[in-house]
Amino acid sequence: MSGPPPLVELGTLGFDQGAHVLLAEALRTSPDGVVRVRGGHPDLPGGMAAWCRRHGHRIIAAAEPATLLVERGRHANAAWIGAVRAGDPDPSTGLVERPPAEWGLAARGAAVEPGGPAPRFPLDRQTDVWTERAPDLYRAAAAGQWSIDELPWGLTLANAPVIERAVVQVMTFLIENEMAALVIPARFLAQVHPHFREVQQVLALTTADEARHVEAFTRRARLGGEPLGLSTVGGRASLQTLIEEPDFAIASFLLSAMGEGTFVTLLGFLERHAPDELTRTIADRVRQDEARHVAFAMSHLARHVELEPSLRGRLAASAERRHEELRTTNGLNDEVFDSLVLLAAGSTDPEDIRSGWRAVQELQVAMAEGRAARLGRLGFSPSEAEEIAALHTRNFM
Amino acid sequence: MSGASRSGLVLGAVAYDPKVVTIWEGFGEWFGRAGIEVDYLLFSNYERLVDAHLAGVVHLAWNSPLAWLRTRLAAEAQGREATTVVMRDTDQDLTSVVLVRSDDSAEQVGDLYGRTVGTGALDSPQATLVPLGHLAAEGLDPMADISVRRFDVLVGKHGDHVGGERDAVTALLAGEVDAACIADSSHLLFARDGSLPIGATRVLSRTAPYDHCVLTALDDVEPEVLDAVSEVLLAMSFGDPEARRLLELEGLTEWRRGRDTGFDALEAAVHRFGVYHPDGNLGAGWWGTDRA
Repeated sequence: MSGPPPLVELGTLGFDQGAHVLLAEALRTSPDGVVRVRGGHPDLPGGMAAWCRRHGHRIIAAAEPATLLVERGRHANAAWIGAVRAGDPDPSTGLVERPPAEWGLAARGAAVEPGGPAPRFPLDRQTDVWTERAPDLYRAAAAGQWSIDELPWGLTLANAPVIERAVVQVMTFLIENEMAALVIPARFLAQVHPHFREVQQVLALTTADEARHVEAFTRRARLGGEPLGLSTVGGRASLQTLIEEPDFAIASFLLSAMGEGTFVTLLGFLERHAPDELTRTIADRVRQDEARHVAFAMSHLARHVELEPSLRGRLAASAERRHEELRTTNGLNDEVFDSLVLLAAGSTDPEDIRSGWRAVQELQVAMAEGRAARLGRLGFSPSEAEEIAALHTRNFM
Repeated sequence: MSGASRSGLVLGAVAYDPKVVTIWEGFGEWFGRAGIEVDYLLFSNYERLVDAHLAGVVHLAWNSPLAWLRTRLAAEAQGREATTVVMRDTDQDLTSVVLVRSDDSAEQVGDLYGRTVGTGALDSPQATLVPLGHLAAEGLDPMADISVRRFDVLVGKHGDHVGGERDAVTALLAGEVDAACIADSSHLLFARDGSLPIGATRVLSRTAPYDHCVLTALDDVEPEVLDAVSEVLLAMSFGDPEARRLLELEGLTEWRRGRDTGFDALEAAVHRFGVYHPDGNLGAGWWGTDRA
């Protein structure tokens, strides 16, 4: 041993005032596990003895006047024995393919004391959930959060009653679709192993986005004093097939790559054709959020498909299966379809209706082309992509 | 005496908290893996536990220091032998403190003459018997020179429940008593959880070190069985996560061999206050008829 043990100067600090913080740190770092303690608190020896006893440290004979000598207990750092680093905080280097359940809620990169609970997070394979874009998409989502109150609610609505009723019907349709888009990521969020925290964060902000969308659409729908529109069996049956899908990849594919992707096109349509600036602004804001949701789904699905090419077959089968399940339903209800025509027409003039009709036909073509393009990015051939894109629900989502 | 074997040992303990079940379930399993079958029996108070131990209903007793003394006194009176098997490291060399408010004029124990001292439950070694014995040794007769105000929480559990001590310091802070007697561990605990605001109180006096709980056996267990029981416990390492779970629950970092050297102060207090007769039977107690 070279030189005397490290000295802890406590001043008048007592063990009933936090003195152990300084002593514990000194014991932790002392090379020989021995430290000298000096202090002027009248009850220093007694308080220190009680703390040392509780933690297995030993007070040894006083080395010099007014100084106490403490030896670190054998078990002082026992919780660190066998502790494993739960990966690394940096996602580019610190992820493992399948984190142990025992890591549980521990921070990625923390030293995890062995033992303890092993909570079940079913989505615990990197292949199933991860995308290198998750950290950036989370940051973009956090930066892109907007407040309902920022929207121009004060603008005067001057829509003809028939046009306003069309807006309300479209809002009613959007609300129930966004409800599905809120519930589904919320369910998977709780299944993702916290090791993949950026994925949880993206899903958390996705649900926050959808909650905001539901609020914005509802407020817009009520603004003109009209009662809300119709919610059809066919629409809700279509969404039910999404809610019931237990597989994360398939649910992401059907909800986001196919459904929300289609909605991005629909929202672009509303941005162009909605009769008032408020509705156009809402459509614009919502579209930007939805585009992020689609980007997340597309990037984790593309990675997944690359690592497990057999997933592609399961995705195609899921689109076919959903198509079969919905074959007997009506798809998009007439009220929504006709409302879109009216919005694109802008009036009840027959010529305007004709051009509105044409715009909705073009919308449906654009939606199918968008789906086919996304399918192409997941590695489907052009003919496969076109075929699967055509199977998508007539309900859009 | 018939010797209890490695199968069918029964350990008695007092249920002062629901976690006691978890603790002894865990230790039972631990012993089982070492080939020693230990079941447990829980009692609501230590006096009943000691009676059951003396009657052979249990073979091992997890005793408070007061229960250990009573077991030893009774065993001696019956010509039997009582043994301290193991203790926790945290059961050795405890102290108790006598707290006063920081602005109190008292500078030594004698300054409490004529004043009110709060204690824990009447049968608490650490918050009542040992500190009052300490005051007596310092020249202050608890029965004549001061007014003792007891905070009786869960009497019969020998102060295992910290509630009486907490009530005593609350009364001290409220000015209802002039001093409060508590264990040194409770002093740190109450400082940590904010029950004792920083700078509000100070330690007027501190007792000499004494020992606390102890696993006790009588002469109805074969020595080799006791050795086996001790070895299983002494081998538990805080570095082993599974053992650590039990050790943390029971509040120790390692088991130590039992010793009977740390109970003198308590024994003196027991005799002074007439807690037990010399043969271990319950005394009338300095508290008079409170226990009836």
